[in-house]
Amino acid sequence: MSPIPTPAQSQRIAPAATSPDLLRNFCIIAHIDHGKSTLADRMLQLTGVVDSRAMRAQYLDRMDIERERGITIKSQAVRMPWAVEDAAGTLVPYALNMIDTPGHVDFTYEVSRSLAACEGAVLLVDAAQGIEAQTLANLYLALENNLQIIPVLNKIDLPAAQPEKYAEELANLIGGDPEDCLKVSGKTGEGVEALLDRIVQLVPAPVGNPGAETRAMIFDSVYDTYRGVVTYVRVVDGDLNPRERITMMSTKASHELLEIGVISPEPVPTKGLGVGEVGYLITGVKDVRQSKVGDTVTKQHRPAAEALGGYSDPKPMVFSGLYPIDGSDYPALRDALDKLKLNDAALNYEPETSVALGFGFRVGFLGLLHLEIIRERLEREFGLDLISTAPNVIYEVTMEDRSEVLVTNPSEFPGGKIREVREPVVKATILAPTEFVGAIMELCQTRRGDMQGMDYLSEDRVEMRYHLPLAEIVFDFFDQLKSKTRGYASLDYEPIGDQAADLVKVDILLQSEQVDAFSAIVHKEKAYAYGLMMAGKLKDLIPRQQFEVPIQAAIGSRIIARETIRAMRKDVLAKCYGGDITRKRKLLEKQKEGKKRMKTIGRVDVPQEAFIAALSSDAAPAKDKDAKKK
Amino acid sequence: MAPALPDGDPAPEDGRLPETVRDGAADRSFGIYLHVPFCTVRCGYCDFNTYTATELGGGASQSSYAETALSEIALARRVLAEAELPERPVGTVFVGGGTPTVLPARDLARMLDGVRDSWGLAPGAEVTTEANPDSVTPDDLAALSAAGFTRVSFGMQSAVPRVLATLDRTHDPRRIPDVVRWARDAGLAVSLDLIYGTPGESLDDWRASVESALATGVDHISAYALVIEQGTRMAVQVRRGDLPLPEEDDQAAKYELADDLFSAAGLTWYEVSNWARTPDDACRHNLAYWRNDDWWGIGPGAHSHVGGTRWWNVKHPRAYADRLASGVSPAAGRELIEPESAQLERVMLAVRLREGLPVSALSSTARTRVAALVADGLVDGLAALGRGVDVPRVVLTRRGRLLADAVVRDLTD
Repeated sequence: MSPIPTPAQSQRIAPAATSPDLLRNFCIIAHIDHGKSTLADRMLQLTGVVDSRAMRAQYLDRMDIERERGITIKSQAVRMPWAVEDAAGTLVPYALNMIDTPGHVDFTYEVSRSLAACEGAVLLVDAAQGIEAQTLANLYLALENNLQIIPVLNKIDLPAAQPEKYAEELANLIGGDPEDCLKVSGKTGEGVEALLDRIVQLVPAPVGNPGAETRAMIFDSVYDTYRGVVTYVRVVDGDLNPRERITMMSTKASHELLEIGVISPEPVPTKGLGVGEVGYLITGVKDVRQSKVGDTVTKQHRPAAEALGGYSDPKPMVFSGLYPIDGSDYPALRDALDKLKLNDAALNYEPETSVALGFGFRVGFLGLLHLEIIRERLEREFGLDLISTAPNVIYEVTMEDRSEVLVTNPSEFPGGKIREVREPVVKATILAPTEFVGAIMELCQTRRGDMQGMDYLSEDRVEMRYHLPLAEIVFDFFDQLKSKTRGYASLDYEPIGDQAADLVKVDILLQSEQVDAFSAIVHKEKAYAYGLMMAGKLKDLIPRQQFEVPIQAAIGSRIIARETIRAMRKDVLAKCYGGDITRKRKLLEKQKEGKKRMKTIGRVDVPQEAFIAALSSDAAPAKDKDAKKK
Repeated sequence: MAPALPDGDPAPEDGRLPETVRDGAADRSFGIYLHVPFCTVRCGYCDFNTYTATELGGGASQSSYAETALSEIALARRVLAEAELPERPVGTVFVGGGTPTVLPARDLARMLDGVRDSWGLAPGAEVTTEANPDSVTPDDLAALSAAGFTRVSFGMQSAVPRVLATLDRTHDPRRIPDVVRWARDAGLAVSLDLIYGTPGESLDDWRASVESALATGVDHISAYALVIEQGTRMAVQVRRGDLPLPEEDDQAAKYELADDLFSAAGLTWYEVSNWARTPDDACRHNLAYWRNDDWWGIGPGAHSHVGGTRWWNVKHPRAYADRLASGVSPAAGRELIEPESAQLERVMLAVRLREGLPVSALSSTARTRVAALVADGLVDGLAALGRGVDVPRVVLTRRGRLLADAVVRDLTD
């Protein structure tokens, strides 16, 4: 008998008319390249939601960047029918809601809301690689939410797969028998039917009060050019029906429900959503900030007294200045950010001016990946050429007079008597083969890490736990970790608070003029190294001037490091070929044009490219000595 | 290969000049540059418009070159007359190349006769030819002197055989004192050309070259930094890494050394790259370029300037000959200098000279920058205040001479 319900059976699992007993809400927890999207594709096919012809790889990942990077930024919820025999041998139809979760550290809050919409989680692990740190972090999150975990090893078709070894590892992590671990191949479809059966068997049915005041949790909110904001909800109590007015409990704002429906896998309007069901709402609002993830939706005429727990506003953790390389692109950058903001409640920005970089924005991000994704979307979707300043975190500075300053840009770090500076701290989890333990400990040590513990996941893999200042992580930590472990280590972190630290602002001065883009807040002990590194970089990048130019690193008025750009000695064309004055004049005109495009710090002319190269993390290329002339 | 010609406006076929060339013409001297686009060997660093015999097809042979050049002289005479410029005898003639002395002395004499017949030579006119120390004989020099040449400039370049080899120069440096003596015996004033900063040249090599040039007792020396021009064989060698790229600091040090040695020997700079024993020994043709006087350049690729109009001839000797044969001006393009460009040119040309540029000729914005240039040690402070000179002038210090282009960029808007 087919596991796809017949039309008659389907009546029992029609949206708004499905008993909670027949609902299963689950998500898939996986590392970015462990095959989640491919497995989801197979499920869509096997449940008949998408036929093979319409299938395109990674159906659910909508944005190009997501598809290319193999990661899912925005979650969606798909309703799939699946029939399983009961004890009496009768086929019972079920509605499975697969809630896709973002796979990265920066989106922990969104992940937590997605998990809160489920009763079960498929823990999907690459059978050739084993579990990764972010997966582990999300697994802990799922366990905290009391989700039923279904361990699954994927990619068993790979020659390098070691399902036995990693089944053991998973059993150690979540308890139970290695035998309970399902082995599937999202690519070939092997084992996927059994997984669907297992979901029906193990994931608990949702429980809620159909007669109570309606409470539905928003677990995602997406801006669509044609429909406005599409809000994804999980109904906990009561129900939602079309044309009713709903209220967002955090803002008290009310909207008319223009459309309500389920995704299967395209949006299908329904008569409503009942207890335990998952679907989407359209109210006509235009900004995802009016429909916040984690908020509770209730009915305006019969509102719930209390919102569901767990709501919080997304807080930017990492800040960076974004500047168009061509200053005339500034309005285009502003428009692009305004557009992205419609779909990204965590993105915020303010105009900022830099002496070195011109007009731009100080942008707040959830984390480094968020930064990278936004930057890439700005460049790719909006065709902008951008330069970003080194990312920094938020500092709370308390002055001697007890006044407090919140610093999101190092150049705003106050002068004067400072009583205390506090910086955010994260709990970091690093998974790596045992051979790299020493290298990782050394790295964390130099990054002011505080070791919290270490566990063996298996004979040759360890989990290391550290408390680290977030500032240390945003500065190049992940690249260092990857290079010191030949790419084998994985990292996850979550904010756990803040700490006081001996932090200072290092300024970089070019001929005694401060260059704002290079100011940095660093630990006192690292100030000298930072100053020397940046002064050295700029020395190599800034062309020689007709006078000597000192580059200094300073803490306040104290100079801690110095480099000197020697004065240029020769800048004259020896002769005019056969009286070709025109050629020489045009050359000078070109040089003058070039000079106009340069930024002038004090009297020093600096090509924009020098600032850009100094800000990029790669080692500075030697300046092309003859390119500037002739 | 030869340097690309500038972009400009199309030049009229009859060579006609705009009326504006008449403005102030009486105050400008008039000179002739005569280009000889032939060499026996093409040097690896050279991007001048010159050809070895094998590079040219018929219609542009060396033997018919004087005839072709004379037809441009005739065209020049007609055009200048039609432009109603005042009658001005020629004050300076300079025959350059290429290697002018690959042509027989009688061809050079014929061309000079053509100039003389067209406009007349001013009393005491300076008539120079470049010459290769490799091939010139006492008889050649005597013939040139007899034809009316007053001055010869030898391409000495270096006294060090290894450096000459890198430059592809074939002459024996030991010949230099001889050719200088022969030229003087023929009654010619003599100048030597030197090149510094050749890849592989040490500071001591350069010192040896300067000292050996001075030892000949000449009254005029030009010293040019080697520039690796795109499209030359040397540029390819440098790109491949076969030769090191000349370093500007090294070239600066060599310039300073040369200036010290020249000064000690009694030669004073009068232009960034030129030194002379007395003001009378300076090359007046060269000065005319920097003073923005009028000159007509005869020959393929030659540049001309008459009263704010600049033009340049087609580069290839064959195209040049064909144009003249069919009665068309050989000009490939021209430009009428806009006021803003004129100011840049004026500053660019004048600051290279020891006489400098009157501060009053600067724009008001540029004038405010003079003080900073004095403070940086690039402009002579006393001259800027008018001490020891007729009016306040921008005169470059030695460091300023080495950074002349930077000074020009600062002193123009």
